[in-house]
Amino acid sequence: MSLKKISKDQPEKFEFNDRNIELAKKMINNYPEGKQQSAVMSLLYIAQRQNNNWIPLAAMKYIAKFLSMPYIKVYEVATFYSMYNLTPVGKFFYQVCTTTPCMLRGAYKLVDVCKKKISNKENEISSDGNSSWVEVECLGACINAPMIQINDEYYEDLDEKKLENIIEQTMKGKTPKPGSYRGRVNSEPENNRTTLVGIKNA
Amino acid sequence: MTMLKLKVNDKDIEIEEGLTVLQACEQAGVEIPRFCYHEKLSIAGNCRMCLVEMEKSPKPIASCAMPAAEGMNIKTNTPLVEKARKGVMEFLLANHPLDCPVCDQGGECDLQDQSMYYGIDKSRFKENKRFVPEKYMGPLIKTQMTRCIHCTRCVRFATEVAGIPELGAIGRGEDMQITTYLEKAMESELSGNVIDLCPVGALTSKPYVFEARPWELKKTETIDVMDAVGSNIRVDTYGWEVKRVLPRINEEINEEWISDKTRYACDGLKSQRLDYPLKKINNEFKKISWKEAYENIAEKIKITSSDKIAGFIGDLTNMETMFVTKEFFEKTIKSKNLEARDDNTYINTEDRTNYLFNSQINGIEEADFILLIGANPRFEATILNARIRKNYVTNKTEIYSIGDVGDQTYPYEKHPADTKIIKEICENKSEISKKILVSKKPLVIIGNSALNSKSGKFIFENIKKFLIDNKKITDEWNPLNILPVNASSVGSYDLNLVNNEENLTLKKLQENVFEIVFLIGQDNLKFKKKNEFVVYIGSHGDNGAEIANIILPGATYTEQDGLFTNLEGKLQKAYKASFPPGEAKEDYKILNELSELLKRKKLFQNKDELTDNLLNYLDLNKKKIQSKNLSTVDYIDEKIIINPIDYYYSNVIARASKTMSECRSIKTDLKKTGTEG
Repeated sequence: MSLKKISKDQPEKFEFNDRNIELAKKMINNYPEGKQQSAVMSLLYIAQRQNNNWIPLAAMKYIAKFLSMPYIKVYEVATFYSMYNLTPVGKFFYQVCTTTPCMLRGAYKLVDVCKKKISNKENEISSDGNSSWVEVECLGACINAPMIQINDEYYEDLDEKKLENIIEQTMKGKTPKPGSYRGRVNSEPENNRTTLVGIKNA
Repeated sequence: MTMLKLKVNDKDIEIEEGLTVLQACEQAGVEIPRFCYHEKLSIAGNCRMCLVEMEKSPKPIASCAMPAAEGMNIKTNTPLVEKARKGVMEFLLANHPLDCPVCDQGGECDLQDQSMYYGIDKSRFKENKRFVPEKYMGPLIKTQMTRCIHCTRCVRFATEVAGIPELGAIGRGEDMQITTYLEKAMESELSGNVIDLCPVGALTSKPYVFEARPWELKKTETIDVMDAVGSNIRVDTYGWEVKRVLPRINEEINEEWISDKTRYACDGLKSQRLDYPLKKINNEFKKISWKEAYENIAEKIKITSSDKIAGFIGDLTNMETMFVTKEFFEKTIKSKNLEARDDNTYINTEDRTNYLFNSQINGIEEADFILLIGANPRFEATILNARIRKNYVTNKTEIYSIGDVGDQTYPYEKHPADTKIIKEICENKSEISKKILVSKKPLVIIGNSALNSKSGKFIFENIKKFLIDNKKITDEWNPLNILPVNASSVGSYDLNLVNNEENLTLKKLQENVFEIVFLIGQDNLKFKKKNEFVVYIGSHGDNGAEIANIILPGATYTEQDGLFTNLEGKLQKAYKASFPPGEAKEDYKILNELSELLKRKKLFQNKDELTDNLLNYLDLNKKKIQSKNLSTVDYIDEKIIINPIDYYYSNVIARASKTMSECRSIKTDLKKTGTEG
């Protein structure tokens, strides 16, 4: 992963809406007096939610003032964590896991599909302006590899065809059904289980 | 203090509690390599160079971050430690470019030195090296961020000591970069210190870029004259040219920092210099010989009555020159019109404690309440301000200021700048006076803006009375502090070069009473010249030389030995590092020789005689029995005007310096666009 690029088109102003101010205050209250700065990560995430899934510089400044901490410290946090997007992303934001288990199960084929169907480069919004994709590290669903995350949902047990299908749905603006695409319930065995057969409630 | 017993390389040592393993090793005389650890900064523990072996620990430990404990057995000379150091070194060098031959840090680089001692001679890193784009950090700091090893010393310095949290480390892992907030110039007067802190060549001095190599420079340990603090510095010269100024450690004064003006004004030492005696003929300066110049002046003096001759001593003048001038005026021409102030600053020279920073700079750290009266320490004494900030950071001390003096790098409570509030304090009717009374070690700093106002006398005498009456001035602690702004100030007070309380000499000058005016390095006088015959003795062609009839070229602080008394009253000697240009002479010689022409006898036969006499005079002055009468002063209700300070242009050397002009224009640009907040 390389250093995150900062978007060139930046909105002039950013402010939390009323609901998010409430939420932000609640987050700050989770921390003891004088340690309000600890809420910086939550606040950045709230800002990201409010601003179409990415954080503009104005929001970082706003949060720095909100928590009365130096701007550079907020900037440091925002550039450190991969969960914060510093450039605009599509309405459907595909995060393709390419860490070892997914890779072994064909994650790079999914990446190729994304390149073909969405955009040639990572972090580039598709021509219809609807979606963008990015390679990420392990999302913790290795047993359902390969998998992707679209916005807040996991799409598991994929292959090229299935992903193409998903992308086509999102192109039409529909949110595809999340979960396993081979009919598994969560991470249970596909058919009958093959281990611990003798134990009833295992 | 509990003492801890532990072993370092099988040697038993006993150390104070609260030290780290690294400090313990140092006390045992064992050197530990390090990059990120620095005594004056917080502990980061991220370079891993200081790994040592500790008994019962399966892995080597980072000694800079590990508190020393009773019974530890530390080993620094085992194969494990050696291997750990080599490993760390290899990682650090994996992405470090091999550009030492073109790097300004070469020859004084921690990474270079330590890789010679602890590193290995090859790398197993076959991949491409990382490239990091250069960052803009203003006109003083040159960056080459590819060389950065992420020790974060600069980030910690900016946040902790300088008080401008503008530097930060963005990204992570291999892509981590040190950068400033949106890549703008660092807004601090201490920014140059990050260059010394940087253990590699990532941050180097911009004005000094490719100027010289450290081993070809002659190093002279001397002191600084840009402000009254008297920071200890090392002047590096190549031939006669001063290439750079670096700080020298003096825990009592500047710790190991110096201000940007101290560090970078040195290029002003080679421009605008006066190198030949000059005479103004038909509004044009003509080169003349020293003999001619002296004769011209002597003729003029002979036909002028002595009370029509005045002398003004400037802000960078050393005490020898001041003493010669004093003798010259008292003995040779018998005039009393000699003055060292360029404004109406109220100074009570009856007692030495009346014009010193009595709490001492070290004492600032102990203070539990600080009151600034018309003082702007950030610009008047930057290094001293760093101490106030240090106190604030460690103790969260309450700081009050009478007068809004702008950002001081720490929060303080502002009170309007008028004399009413001083009156209230002295009558113990104000919140501030109550705070002073309850605190054990209060600190009152009276600045130039306050002493310079009409009520200067009222402010000083009443605050002093208030502190004496309430028994705040004791043998251990004197909270009364004056903040002089010039390097020569305290020296001139010690030599009694202050005529009257309200600078009558200056008043007379402005009324054009005098016929001959000697300006000894004095460029800051505000007066309209009429028919005065002005003799300027100094180093730079500035305001003083412009109005002069005869210019006698002198030397700067790096070109002559000279004594200076800093604001705490410490007598320090500046040493000669270079030579005055052209025919210019060391300052003290000039009036000495002029005196020889007038009286057929030199005032002093040589420098030693002069220094002996000077020191004698100072001793006598200290022993003088002081009258402790407190005079009563009438109260005037007025506003104290806080003098605006042109930090980068405060003296002739700074005004002649290109670097300082650049800093100044950047600062004014920032103000215009309003992007600083």
